[in-house]
Amino acid sequence: MARIESEIGVPKGGFMKWIDDRFPLTETMQYHITQYYASKNFNWWYLFGVLAMVVLMIQLFTGIFLTMNYKPSADEAFASVEYIMRDVEWGWLIRYMHSTGASFFFIVVYLHMFRAMLYGSYKKPRELIWIIGMMIFFALFAEAFSGYLLPWGQMSYWGAQVIISLFGAIPAIGETLVEYIRGDYSISDITLNRFFALHVILIPIALIALVFVHIVALHHVGSNNPDGVEIKDHKGPDGIPLDGVAFHPYHTTKDLVGIIVFLMLFCAVVFFAPDMGGYFLEHANFEAANTMATPEHIAPVWYFTPFYAILRAVPDKLWGAILMASAVLLPLFLPWLDRSRVRSIRYRGWIYRLALTLFVISFATLGWLGMQPVDSIYVIMSRIFSVVYFGFFLLMPYYTAIDKTKPVPDRVVYHG
Amino acid sequence: MTDDVDQKRRHFLTVATAVTGGVGIAFAMYPFLASLKPSARAQALGAPVEVPVGTLEPGEMIRVMWRGRVVFILRRNEEMLSRLPLSTDLLVDPDSAKEDQQPEFAVNEYRSMKPEFLVVEGTCTHLGCAPIAQIDVGPADDWFGGFFCPCHGSRFDLSGRVYKGVPAPDNLRVPPYRFIREDLIMIGADSGAA
Repeated sequence: MARIESEIGVPKGGFMKWIDDRFPLTETMQYHITQYYASKNFNWWYLFGVLAMVVLMIQLFTGIFLTMNYKPSADEAFASVEYIMRDVEWGWLIRYMHSTGASFFFIVVYLHMFRAMLYGSYKKPRELIWIIGMMIFFALFAEAFSGYLLPWGQMSYWGAQVIISLFGAIPAIGETLVEYIRGDYSISDITLNRFFALHVILIPIALIALVFVHIVALHHVGSNNPDGVEIKDHKGPDGIPLDGVAFHPYHTTKDLVGIIVFLMLFCAVVFFAPDMGGYFLEHANFEAANTMATPEHIAPVWYFTPFYAILRAVPDKLWGAILMASAVLLPLFLPWLDRSRVRSIRYRGWIYRLALTLFVISFATLGWLGMQPVDSIYVIMSRIFSVVYFGFFLLMPYYTAIDKTKPVPDRVVYHG
Repeated sequence: MTDDVDQKRRHFLTVATAVTGGVGIAFAMYPFLASLKPSARAQALGAPVEVPVGTLEPGEMIRVMWRGRVVFILRRNEEMLSRLPLSTDLLVDPDSAKEDQQPEFAVNEYRSMKPEFLVVEGTCTHLGCAPIAQIDVGPADDWFGGFFCPCHGSRFDLSGRVYKGVPAPDNLRVPPYRFIREDLIMIGADSGAA
């Protein structure tokens, strides 16, 4: 029973042996890559994890080059971004890759999270993978928010003003906390400077560390699959899961196709629609920050709008902030809210399918509502869909428990 | 050999070392936390500002900056002042009962030291946008002039008092200020010199 993986592994002796005696290089490569077995029935939903890694690399790489020309000061920031766009050779490309990458990061991560909800990937024994993933999501929020202040445009300034003010809603310590965040009595040069530090040092380091831990946890328990069955329960005489194939070369080759398609879409946006009609780069932000006048219409970038709509649906400052924070935090508890006996949607009943559909509709509609001006009809709609959003999570222990499930096969199956 | 180890003593020493180290780290964190506060320069820039108001006509409004925030100075005329009682029933806190939103001297219907001069921070108490002055009455039946926030629709009357049913919880904040002369206001301190 010759295994193709061992043939790919580097032969012992010589330089590799010298390294391996001092550092577990071959061992690590085998454990995580050439002898990591993931289910052979992965579908395209399973691309988004690796795509998130690709976008992270794009962001880190382009970000380093942007910092070489960007100036984190209130007097110079806006002009230095224009300088990058006009005077630095290829600066426009580097900047558009970074700004487009921010939106693509969220597209990919939202789909990656939805995949986990489709196939119950957060369920035992993968709860920690999900929680670490949620922490990555929170870090990504912080990274996107701090990054959005840096161009020092009108939307940068007033968007930050609104979000930082949210912390002021916390009773007793709120005002002091806000002063510590801003480092000033209003958003100023000092705030910009420290957001720059957070955006390029603290949060990227945290992101990389969390992604590392996310993958270590994943490789420890093994990947889920569209059938939600445990492939480790059926191993061949060589100890390899019968339904598993090595990550490299099988999944890497497949992922490469996905990465190429993804990069085609990515380039199409970078080259032909970098502002995406105001969704990726808001038009108000092409005007330098003016501390005296708020833009007529304030809306965050699209990836924050579902939560922003929930904030605006509540006619009370503190409760608005509390509900928005809960909406962001609730998915953390999915592994315990979901009481279903099966993981995958393939073997769940109609109740969960309906609930998940309603959730997707409410999330997308809230996202749209968060971009609309304050108008009574939009506020009423925001309230209705906020109730659906919270209902999906809070009622989950009940409807997943009574939902009729289908029998789950022993081994993975192919559909169509 | 292991029988000779005094486990209790070892446990005590481990805990004591960890606690001492933890306290040390907590103290070492203080300079870093304190560095996040407004610096001496930021505090200096937040010093009181003097604003001449002698040339301000009745009914006219100016915007000045104090601590990086906008401050509205509206010189209300007799007609504007006569409109203030009209909105009383529509307001959350018509008597400025909530402390910290204004200095002691502004706890009145006019929310000011002198009825004709309104001095308020132009920062919405909801999420910090800058409200727009809409001094005239109407077009809505319940609008007697004041300030409107374009971000989330909060409304305030001509004394900066917040309307009911809007997201902003409090009246516009009145900064500490005093009249140095008839025609000179100092914003940022209600006593002492600038």
